[in-house]
Amino acid sequence: MNEFFAMGGYGAYVWSAYGISAIVLTGNVLLSRRAERALLTRLAERYEGEAANDAKA
Amino acid sequence: MNSSMFQPLHKYASLIHFYRLSKAASPWLAWCSVTLFVTGLIGGLWFAPADYQQGDSFRIIYVHVPSAWMSLFIYMTMAGAGAVALIWKIKLSEIVMRASASLGASFTFLALVTGSIWGKPMWGTWWVWDARLTSELILLFLYLGFMALQNAIEDRRVAARAGAVLVLIGAVNIPIIHYSVEWWNTLHQGPTVSKFDAPSIHIAMLIPLLLMVGAFMAYYAAILVVRVRTEILSYDRNTAWVRELVTAAPSRR
Repeated sequence: MNEFFAMGGYGAYVWSAYGISAIVLTGNVLLSRRAERALLTRLAERYEGEAANDAKA
Repeated sequence: MNSSMFQPLHKYASLIHFYRLSKAASPWLAWCSVTLFVTGLIGGLWFAPADYQQGDSFRIIYVHVPSAWMSLFIYMTMAGAGAVALIWKIKLSEIVMRASASLGASFTFLALVTGSIWGKPMWGTWWVWDARLTSELILLFLYLGFMALQNAIEDRRVAARAGAVLVLIGAVNIPIIHYSVEWWNTLHQGPTVSKFDAPSIHIAMLIPLLLMVGAFMAYYAAILVVRVRTEILSYDRNTAWVRELVTAAPSRR
């Protein structure tokens, strides 16, 4: 197993390349999903507010 | 106040259609991407033999080459969508173009950084101003310039049209990147896979690479549909169909 992580002496290079890739790819997933949820929440609040206003008038 | 609410439904039909389609496709794309990533990574990191010249450092190829391909593929997608947006003024193609930009920038960044990390042990330097690396760096600036332009212009449709012009002008850089290793003397190695007659790569090394390319493609598609449908909701936020969709949702999460 240690041999696997050592990558024939290139472990630092190989794992840092994979690590940065994992961070960037995961970050895009999280940001995209968060943006979708945030918009849905914002719109739901807006429509509720408008519905409440209409009810008052 | 919301005059657009009372316009006939068919005006939004293509966006509604895409929205429904994307909801159905999302889980499939996500699982497709995860499966390809897992098999590609196991194949690339474990089963592929070490390179006879580069040892285990060559394994960086499995994130570097797919990133580099995606950086070009997404740019060509944006150029195609941009041309459609300019000629036919189709909203969905504007949205696809805008939603792709930061993903393209991410992959270009990864291609540059993983290439740099690979270059250090193989070439003895992190960076060299040769044709391949410089043209790929220009690609990153094209993506960033596009994103800055989108943020600078308030009207999304005007921003999309301006962005489309920028992307199409910048497209001259794409063949330059692709052929740079053939046109100029460069430290960067020549193509490994695209020599279809005889790829200069062992089959046990090639299969994981193709799996990883598939994984990156599926990943791009999976994220793109989430971003596009978010943008669709935002675009059509004053319409009845979005209002119904949002208020009918069982929970906001």
